[in-house]
Amino acid sequence: MSPDQLQTEKVTTPGPSRTEVPQIDPERWLDEYGDVLFGFAMLRVRDRAIAQDLVQETFLAALKAKQSFAGRSTERSWLFGILRNKLVDYYRLQSRETAFLEPGSSVPEEEGLFHSGGPGKDGWILRVAPSAWEAPDDTLMNKEFQVVFQECVSGLPDKVAQVFLRREVDDVSSEEVCKEFDITPNNFWVMLHRARMALRRCLEVNWFGRSRERK
Amino acid sequence: MEARLRWYQWLGMRIHLLYCVWCRRYASQIRFLHKACGGLDTETQANPSHTLSPEAKDTMRARLQEAMKDKPPPPQ
Repeated sequence: MSPDQLQTEKVTTPGPSRTEVPQIDPERWLDEYGDVLFGFAMLRVRDRAIAQDLVQETFLAALKAKQSFAGRSTERSWLFGILRNKLVDYYRLQSRETAFLEPGSSVPEEEGLFHSGGPGKDGWILRVAPSAWEAPDDTLMNKEFQVVFQECVSGLPDKVAQVFLRREVDDVSSEEVCKEFDITPNNFWVMLHRARMALRRCLEVNWFGRSRERK
Repeated sequence: MEARLRWYQWLGMRIHLLYCVWCRRYASQIRFLHKACGGLDTETQANPSHTLSPEAKDTMRARLQEAMKDKPPPPQ
């Protein structure tokens, strides 16, 4: 059995019981799931060529392993499962090729936020301290907000974004993320903290700042 | 969501939050970010700014057709 088949076996979790096995049609996959798989990969790898390759590899792996797809999960989640495994392989390969932050690295996003000396040492500098965010309950569902938030995530350094998305969006445990990216727990927390600081500032300026101007 | 604090660290943080309004705001903003990440789950929706170009789709279609012509793997 090929690795792709093994991977696919891993992700075909039992779903709702079905009496019919859906028709396997790779060309339909492209029309139906091509864009959504590509968008998913793009958010994570931020390179059109790499994202395209990952989507193509996903379809090819699915084609090879189609015997193992028996309709136990939906076709969509089966394909996403394969893509997620391809992404993990990509992260592992990258972590071998690229150095991540050294443990104990400074957090540039924190520069200029805290007093460096005097009686208020380590306290917030008032001018840049967190302002009150007035976020109505429906903010998160607001399409315009989602565009701004995606833009903010796009502005994060690549590795920081990948680690952040793996933890916060894919909901993978911190231990697992450390293994996948071959980073120390300290390195992981620094990267997560950097991502949060940067996103917080980005939203403050580009969303909440603008909201205040509207009033 | 985070690494677990020892009880005295947790207590120290709670006491600090009682008098640090900016830290309370910061904590609530981090919770907001965590919730906002749910909207990034693009598995459920296509992102209109990231779609495959027609050329990329053609290339993939050709590659898939080529792969489909290949001999299927023997039954196991």
